[in-house]
Amino acid sequence: MSEGTGTFDISYVAHLARMHLTEAEKATISAQLKDILAYVEKLNQLDVSNVEPTAHAMPLTNVFRKDEARDSIDPAKVFANAPEQARDLFIVAKIVE
Amino acid sequence: MNLHTLTVHQLRDKLRAGDVSSREATQSLLDRIQAVDGRLKAYLWLNAEHALAQADAMDRGGIARSERLLGGVPIAIKDVINVEGQPCTCGSKILKGHTSVYDATVVHHLRQAGAVLLGRTNMDEFAMGSSTENSSWGVTHNPWDLERIPGGSSGGSAAAVAADEAFAALGSDTGGSIRQPASLCGCVGFKPTYGRVSRFGLVAFASSLDQIGPFTKDVPDCAVMMRVLAGHDRNDSTSVPQPVPDYAAELWKGVKGLRIGLPKEYFIDGMDREVEAAVRAAIRKLQELGAEIVEISLPHTDYAVAVYYLIATAEASANLARFDGVRYGARVTGDDVIDMYARTRGAGFGPEVKRRIILGTYALSAGYYDAYYLRAQKVRTLIRQDFERAFEKCDAIVTPTSPEIAFRIGEKTDDPLRMYLSDIFTISANLAGICGVSIPCGFTTNPRLPIGLQVLGRSFGEETVLRVAHAYEQATEWHTQKPGL
Repeated sequence: MSEGTGTFDISYVAHLARMHLTEAEKATISAQLKDILAYVEKLNQLDVSNVEPTAHAMPLTNVFRKDEARDSIDPAKVFANAPEQARDLFIVAKIVE
Repeated sequence: MNLHTLTVHQLRDKLRAGDVSSREATQSLLDRIQAVDGRLKAYLWLNAEHALAQADAMDRGGIARSERLLGGVPIAIKDVINVEGQPCTCGSKILKGHTSVYDATVVHHLRQAGAVLLGRTNMDEFAMGSSTENSSWGVTHNPWDLERIPGGSSGGSAAAVAADEAFAALGSDTGGSIRQPASLCGCVGFKPTYGRVSRFGLVAFASSLDQIGPFTKDVPDCAVMMRVLAGHDRNDSTSVPQPVPDYAAELWKGVKGLRIGLPKEYFIDGMDREVEAAVRAAIRKLQELGAEIVEISLPHTDYAVAVYYLIATAEASANLARFDGVRYGARVTGDDVIDMYARTRGAGFGPEVKRRIILGTYALSAGYYDAYYLRAQKVRTLIRQDFERAFEKCDAIVTPTSPEIAFRIGEKTDDPLRMYLSDIFTISANLAGICGVSIPCGFTTNPRLPIGLQVLGRSFGEETVLRVAHAYEQATEWHTQKPGL
């Protein structure tokens, strides 16, 4: 973990998160995350080599239900919340040339 | 008539007897809100006409006079739970103007029980925070001292119930977001076992930790609300198909013969002295009532905050990816679609949400996943095992809910890590998936502010937690104290 904190590249992580940050935000968040990452270093004090990870507190597996047709939400209500829509479609910027 | 000061069970008695109508109860609350919410700002949205129309329907249909558990009772909802036709912003400007298109399962249950869906309460943006200061719409004030925070993230719901602006309210608890504000505002707040209550229709923050639960004025009301909310839901594959007990029937069994564990790791240096004294007095009270007090150890307690802030942020970074300006919410146009996502999210999210998404993205990114996220999940196992071992020796665990009383608005906003540490006693229950409640157990002297007692129970041990809480409540008067607004 310690090798990680030295190479924290805020611009790279912000790109992964699809999040525009101002230069001031980058500086503030970098400084705060440095503190937080230093704090979580304490997890290295523990030997977890023989410990299984917990993904969920209530391990339910293979939750199936019958494949039944059910009513879905009225499209008119859904599109009423869309930032830009036309003819029951969401309008976005062109993604293929 | 000051109906707004009643508990749910007191109001239900009057409604059932036909002494009052749902309209009168709803109007009494609306008047109270009109009188005090300008100072508290617990509500984000409220529509008097809409609420009264629902109340009239409950009166006309005979539901208020029926045996339905919440017939005619107005309930406030945290702004992160969908109610069809009402706004849902999660305290975030990225969802400004958003209207819910379906009911959450818990809202469906409330409607079935005859509740009036009164309004939306303030919260930290996307439930990320411990003070409600992270709301895009301004801070909620603590009803006991308007200069102080109500706790968070469900601060609006806690303040509304404590100030008699709601008979009961819904909140969500990912790391203490029900119990901590209940403690700081002096009301009852319950976090159910993971899987006990459906999260369908709750806007997801950290899916392996989130639970919906009630805020109430006393423990019997909490039992009623849990009976209404709990149960399996085919729309939430993490909900557990176990029958829902009649919690109210279990309340009066007392604590005689119950073993109550005191974890030594929860009585720490730096804890507010009056908080510690009040909690120790509560423990003596439980002992007087016949409980056996046993010393226990939860040795990995000190790692819980670190584990939580890796797991919760990692899950949040994935869950909040949906806010990209395509299907709902705000949109800021860009040079291409990726630029649009980034600008939309940069403009729409507040500082705490950005910080957590960045931290979570980093913890999941190539090269760091094993060191951060996977390691945190392994330590989470150790924390879960601590509780499993502890519950071999005891039936319930009693601790302070928070190491401190409500702090001043602005006191911790510049220091996120210090803010995170205020959740130190509540986070472990979410990591372990167990249930717990915060109930009032005293006040500090100067200033006079509420102190909360946390009772934790085994997974699906809600009845035992409520029994302990109720026995204590019956023997004390703290829950009857009201802020002087």
